[in-house]
Amino acid sequence: MEFLGLYHYWVFAVLLMIGFYAVVAKLNLIKKLIGLSLFQAAVFLLYITMGKVDGGTAPIFQTASQTNVFSNPLPQVLILTAIVVGISTLALGLGIVVRIKEEYDTIEEHEIQEIDRR
Amino acid sequence: MTAVFGIFLLTLLVITAVAIVRTRNLFVATMLMGIASLLIAANFFVLDAADVALTEAAVGAGISTVLFLSALALTSDEEKAGSSRRILSFLVVAAAALVVIYATFDKPKFGDPEAPVQAHVAPWYIEKTPEFIDIPNIVTAVLGSYRAYDTLGEVFVVFTAGIGVMFLLSYRRAGHTPTSRAPDPGLRHHLIPRVLGRFLIPFILLFGLYVQFHGEYGPGGGFQAGAIIAAAVILYALLEGEERALQVLSRRVLMGLVAGGAILYSAVGFAGLLLGGNFLDYSVLASDPVKGQQYGIILIEAGVGMTVTGVLLSIFHAFAAREQ
Repeated sequence: MEFLGLYHYWVFAVLLMIGFYAVVAKLNLIKKLIGLSLFQAAVFLLYITMGKVDGGTAPIFQTASQTNVFSNPLPQVLILTAIVVGISTLALGLGIVVRIKEEYDTIEEHEIQEIDRR
Repeated sequence: MTAVFGIFLLTLLVITAVAIVRTRNLFVATMLMGIASLLIAANFFVLDAADVALTEAAVGAGISTVLFLSALALTSDEEKAGSSRRILSFLVVAAAALVVIYATFDKPKFGDPEAPVQAHVAPWYIEKTPEFIDIPNIVTAVLGSYRAYDTLGEVFVVFTAGIGVMFLLSYRRAGHTPTSRAPDPGLRHHLIPRVLGRFLIPFILLFGLYVQFHGEYGPGGGFQAGAIIAAAVILYALLEGEERALQVLSRRVLMGLVAGGAILYSAVGFAGLLLGGNFLDYSVLASDPVKGQQYGIILIEAGVGMTVTGVLLSIFHAFAAREQ
């Protein structure tokens, strides 16, 4: 299993880049936001992966088990709050897209730029 | 065995992500995002992050799907053909991917207990939590007490984003008179969703409250509970129509929740100051410092839960009330 030691990080890199591609290459604003969500999910995955300790459990003390090996609670705290902040900012982005649709009647980037140039 | 399961989940996740970016139908992309969120949540669980898995499942697979769908209803669910500078974008992305993958070879191996991230404060948190705070869930202890400043900041970011959405979507164009609509019937005429929904909503609410108040002992806390309770009310709104949901929790009550939670959190911080401690230092809230820490965490978790519920529901109503 030695060669799989970095598999989580490779998935992180690939997922990050899939999200990045959607942000730069797609013209549809909602598709860009979807890409941004994927990008964000990849970062969450990186943090949680780093906190994992071999043979550890979730960082909750239990009377039944005597093991004291816990995975790192700190990245979990950071990501837990980041997920909720992420959904709030996503909602803000979607709100802006809805307003753009109402003003320009399109959510395709090149069409918006064309209308702006007129 | 667990590692193999994790690798399986991650591979499925990459396949889903590729499908999300490739499809031109945004409705399909949204549904696939829900699946991706569920896969990520399962993966967080495999990686020992029970609290984060709960949050991701409630927020990613529940609330964010509803938000995307309401935005699609107001825009369009078909992406037009054509993309900009496809070859250039692909080259940039490929180059960035190579850099990131190259960087991963310097990373410590997966699960290495000697990795730098496991040094510094994390062992201190694990060692000192029974002595200083005495609650079983270390994640809640770090979130509510050791890093309460961070959490306060996050709550205010959520608060600000909620206010921002309400400002954006409550704007009415000049000379544009809103036409009166027939009340939205929701899915009232569909028997199966209605019966199932009626049956499930009380249990979802109960689970939300359990997650809120049991957050010190098991996975849970204000962020998760807020998302779960908001999901239950959103389900009610989808089944019975938005007006009925607003009768249960009116806009005024929601605004009270949004502001009240943030104020409650700050008030606990200032109470610490007034009683002679530092800002957000709960030790002075009771004669016994450990009890004081526990009271403080329960109060700020309640504040977090109120703000998150209020903001998520206000955002949902702002989208739902917007006319096309």
